[in-house]
Amino acid sequence: MTSTETDSTPSSKPSLPIVENFSRRAAVKAGFATLGAGAFVAAISPLRQAAKNTSAAEFMQTHYTELSTEQKADVIARLEAETKEKYGADVTIGDDRPIPGTKFVYAINLSVCNGNGKCVEACHKENNHDRDTNQSYIRVIEMPKGTMDMEQGSTTYTGVVPKDDKFYLPVQCQQCDEPPCVDVCPVKATWKEEDGIVVVDYNWCIGCRYCEAACPYHARRFNWKKPEVPAAEVNPDQSYLSNRIRPVGVVEKCTYCLHRTRRGKLPACLEACPTGARVFGNILDKDSNIRWILENKRVYILKEELGTKPAFFYYFD
Amino acid sequence: MSSIPAKESHVTSYPKFIGRSLWLATEGSFAFYAWMTMLTMLFLVGANAWANQVAGGMIGTNMTDQVSWGLYIANFTFMVGLAAGGVMMVIPAYLYHDRKMHDVVIIGELLAIAAIVMCLLFVVADLGRPDRFWHMLPGIGKFNWPISMLTWDVIVLNGYLVLNLHICGYLLYMRFLGRKPNPTWYIPFVMLSIVWAISIHTVTAFLYCGLGGRPFWNTALLTPRFLASAFVSGPAFIIVAMVLIKRLTGIGGLDHPIATLTRIIRVTILINLLMVASELFTEFYTGGSHVSAAKYLFFGLHGKTALVPWTWTAIGLNITAALLFLWPGLLGFRWRPLLVAACCMAFVGAWIEKGMGLIVPGFIPSTLHEVVEYVPSQLEWKVTVGIWAFGLMVFTIAIKTALPTLKRPAEH
Repeated sequence: MTSTETDSTPSSKPSLPIVENFSRRAAVKAGFATLGAGAFVAAISPLRQAAKNTSAAEFMQTHYTELSTEQKADVIARLEAETKEKYGADVTIGDDRPIPGTKFVYAINLSVCNGNGKCVEACHKENNHDRDTNQSYIRVIEMPKGTMDMEQGSTTYTGVVPKDDKFYLPVQCQQCDEPPCVDVCPVKATWKEEDGIVVVDYNWCIGCRYCEAACPYHARRFNWKKPEVPAAEVNPDQSYLSNRIRPVGVVEKCTYCLHRTRRGKLPACLEACPTGARVFGNILDKDSNIRWILENKRVYILKEELGTKPAFFYYFD
Repeated sequence: MSSIPAKESHVTSYPKFIGRSLWLATEGSFAFYAWMTMLTMLFLVGANAWANQVAGGMIGTNMTDQVSWGLYIANFTFMVGLAAGGVMMVIPAYLYHDRKMHDVVIIGELLAIAAIVMCLLFVVADLGRPDRFWHMLPGIGKFNWPISMLTWDVIVLNGYLVLNLHICGYLLYMRFLGRKPNPTWYIPFVMLSIVWAISIHTVTAFLYCGLGGRPFWNTALLTPRFLASAFVSGPAFIIVAMVLIKRLTGIGGLDHPIATLTRIIRVTILINLLMVASELFTEFYTGGSHVSAAKYLFFGLHGKTALVPWTWTAIGLNITAALLFLWPGLLGFRWRPLLVAACCMAFVGAWIEKGMGLIVPGFIPSTLHEVVEYVPSQLEWKVTVGIWAFGLMVFTIAIKTALPTLKRPAEH
């Protein structure tokens, strides 16, 4: 502030002084500003690499629920082409919608589950998870008998199962009727569908991970890097809201394998379970197996006190 | 380039005012240019690190699915406090009609502007898809309001930024025109900004304490604790800034505001400690699984102790600072270095307590009770330092813009 000392303008005039030898200073300042701007452009140049991975069409894409039929078809064609280009795999991406009169629920027989982890593995393959990080939507907790306190459990157990003094608690998305993850999302990138499945529009999620913080069941995963799946291992039967290979930087979650279950099949984790501990079905169907179990077994839900109202049940024989 | 004609429209004279202010704010001594060059370089390092993070994915951070928020959100939370803490200059000035605070209240408001800019940058740095930022814009995006607390935060933070830009811009512009500010154009906004400052930290606390699945955050005391520590860190920063401004520019009239803020911290720092103590009592006296995160923070859990040295450092700094602030001699001129030291301790103490000491233990143990530790990666530190450097640049420029006003205190 060298120049302000000479400032003696009366208060009726502007209080800021006039800088002397304006042009020289202007030239020096302009020089430094240009240098700074150039350095800034150089510093953020890695963004060009990131921009290459995002097409203009993807950038401008609107929310899934606002896409018209034609727009949806275009988006899906683009996603299929991108999968071919980036992963070398031919896939078909469906747009599976809820079947009217259906509300899917899941149940696990804790008396039977022996912690073998086949469900975890099946989920990993079915949903095209990143191979490096060995991701899955399911975590199995090995717990000492006589407690429901998860702090005494372990999700990283090894060795022969089942161990005599342990029982096993598989946890995945509970598809809550009051899902805290949906409430907290600032951009409505996640919502609950009519058949009870909580989904994510992977092309709308901004990656703030607030849903991950809000979920009491650790059911959400974030794509910290671009998922890597060898072309030969890519599951080609995909759906927009389900198991298509997710973009980097977005959150994903279990969808009860909606690309299977909405087509009349069972979830991959259930098919893989060798003990028959898993039961899946439509709770609105009075004659369904799941309905009989919920009416006749001793049923328990996780963290009931939080009021999330899970559509996922545990029972004992 | 001389005076603005009295009849000239604001449409042309306001840009002239901005341009002239910026021009003057980039004038300075060698030390000033050295300071700005250093900040620019640090900012460029941060910008480069962030660009790499966007290009390579957030795998470059040490965050995980278990600890999904880290250093960025920790700093964001702290900066909201700093922005809210600036209001502690406004309250004495306008609610208690302290004339001498009137002259310098703009320092607090300019700090709020710089702090909010940093908050917004920290949020952007934490986004997995910053290219989809527009999804959050009301109107063209899809705004989950009023259900998501994050949308409330977007509104209150940007609102507070606009409010402070208006107040500071109006007062400085009137000085530039050589007119007396018209109270109807700024007093209502100043009053609104007092309520608004409380709201930004309240809403930010609601982000966390509204999550039922995270017992460490799910406490009604979180909001008052946030405010109490904001009213320590904000004034502490302003005191140090004013001591520096006085030393560097010889501007007078700062001793009274420094003494006022010191008296304010005397009270708020004790309230903050009292609330920490109440929280610890409920946690540890009750016990059970609810206490796990606090146990991890203070003593470690299952042999994992990454945060323990940090949290005890924070406690040590906060208690030492509190004791120093209680000492009457701290108000004297001779003890300025000690006052600055006490402010720095309180500031760093609040930064640890409100940042890493609050965000990280909320995730440890995870909701399935896994103990996965988190230590920020080098990339995260670079981005963080870059944003701090940018914030200090904004603050320096802003203060320099206001210096002519500060040199000749106005009558408003």
